[in-house]
Amino acid sequence: MIAVLVETDADGVLVVSQEALTFGRGLAERAGGVPLHAVAVGRPGEEPPAVVLAQLGEQGVASVHHVVDDRLTAYSAAAWAAALVDVSHSAGAAVVLAAGTPRGNEVLAHTATRLDVAMAANVVGIDAVGADAGDPLIVTRQVVGGAVLEQMQLGDTVAVLSVAGHAVEPAAAATATTPEVVEFSPTLTDADLVARVVRTGEKVPDASGALTSARVVVGAGRGAGSADGFKDVVRLSELLGGAVGVSRVVTSLGWRPHHEQVGQTGSRISPDLYIACGISGAIQHWAGCSSAKTILAVNTDPDAPMVTRAHYAVIGDLHEIVPAINDELESRRA
Amino acid sequence: MTDVLVCIKRVPGASGEVLLSDDGQRVDARHVGWTLSAHEECAIELATQVAGATGGTATVLTVGSADAIEQLRDALALGCGRAVLVEAETDRIGPVDVAAAIAEVVRAHEAAGTSYGLVLLGNDAADTGDFQVPVRLAYALARPVVTGIATCTVEGDLVVAHGDGPDGPETFELPVPAVVAVMEGGVAPRYPSVMGRMKAKKVAIEQVAAEIEPVGSGRVRLTLPPEQPSQVQVLGQGADAAPAVVDLLEELGMVSR
Repeated sequence: MIAVLVETDADGVLVVSQEALTFGRGLAERAGGVPLHAVAVGRPGEEPPAVVLAQLGEQGVASVHHVVDDRLTAYSAAAWAAALVDVSHSAGAAVVLAAGTPRGNEVLAHTATRLDVAMAANVVGIDAVGADAGDPLIVTRQVVGGAVLEQMQLGDTVAVLSVAGHAVEPAAAATATTPEVVEFSPTLTDADLVARVVRTGEKVPDASGALTSARVVVGAGRGAGSADGFKDVVRLSELLGGAVGVSRVVTSLGWRPHHEQVGQTGSRISPDLYIACGISGAIQHWAGCSSAKTILAVNTDPDAPMVTRAHYAVIGDLHEIVPAINDELESRRA
Repeated sequence: MTDVLVCIKRVPGASGEVLLSDDGQRVDARHVGWTLSAHEECAIELATQVAGATGGTATVLTVGSADAIEQLRDALALGCGRAVLVEAETDRIGPVDVAAAIAEVVRAHEAAGTSYGLVLLGNDAADTGDFQVPVRLAYALARPVVTGIATCTVEGDLVVAHGDGPDGPETFELPVPAVVAVMEGGVAPRYPSVMGRMKAKKVAIEQVAAEIEPVGSGRVRLTLPPEQPSQVQVLGQGADAAPAVVDLLEELGMVSR
């Protein structure tokens, strides 16, 4: 079977975990229709929420291993991995995968180390499944911030891989299922619980969560010129009900906070529209915004990578163009 | 007093066009040069902060070719006091090997009298993006580990580490010795001073050979994503393009009227 670690929140299964499930289902089908299982960490005495079960059913999940233990209330990657390894052994997983989130990659790194197998991070495709048991799984994954693809062979008994964000669109299975819920108590040691969260602070309302879920992101880079050069960009994002995203140079210069950074070492976004103002489009930034459905670039350089890769562009200084767009939006509203 | 080891990697720069070697086995960095991962720049900063705050030392280490001495000297210029090059054929090693090679040095230094209370690494390398060397290293050393950390301090026998979790800012408290993987965003890396660069040139770098039988990375080959021909539609020049932009926003359903 193929086991997918799913992350959930109050709204159900995270979109990135739904993507991982869709990816896992595609792999299961290519492997001849092996069952797709989900692994979810829950609270003792509570059933998995109905919305989670419905979403897992839409993805064609046969069984959900509902991992429950009082000691898992506070997150510990080692403890989650212990549970995933237990499920993998007891249910006979040939592949263990998760979304390539910070938590997904961390838990899988522990899992692969405990299983003494390789791990492929940020996988975007399956190249070969192999006709026989024991044949290597060959995957393609993103490296160098997505600027390069690596074909990698996973030749171990269990393949461990994380799925890059937006590698696939979440898609419902042809036939929905009613997942069997299997309560599961993992075997945990004290060592598994040493590195766990001791405090969780108040979530900052405008932190990167808003950026990654925004339908429109207005980005700005070095072309903003200074810390005072973002007023019009912020106004445009407000007029469109979106979020502000910036390039790494902007945060390195201290012009804007790091949680607004889009890129390889910032947030990876996939809005319906990304308006990139004064951003050249270097690898570091492109790694974070390439999944936007539509890109509008505003740049003085018609040959900048961001312009040539965009769907639409306006050539010129963002400090002249963005205020004009804001004025036009406001006048049409009036 | 906490002696800190910070592990770095020489990686291709991310500011220009990426090329590959003819055999598809490595990135050809002739046009982009070599640098450090952004996460590791922050790890160096944290290493010097922790060492300075506790009266300990900061040692920088890399696993790779002798060319990586350039990056070791960069870290020395930023405040690290010692540097170690673990020489290995970069084409033949993967994350399992790198973790094993670092663990060997940690054990050897411990036997020689330097016990690292804190080992810092970048969360993931800018080139290979494996997301696993810190965790594999921690298991090899039987130490607790946490990844995705923005800031950390050593307070008595505890490493107090802060990161951003899905439900808000998270705090971890790990007993020393521990391994921490650093993510950019919590500290601003300092710029090297002229004095720092001068001093860095004079530091003798410890060079050891990796005593490992490489497992490898599983790499079959590298390829570049197919380049899409530009299909950009230029809406206009300067402020005069604003009406066309707003027309587009309306067409895309981004404007409520």
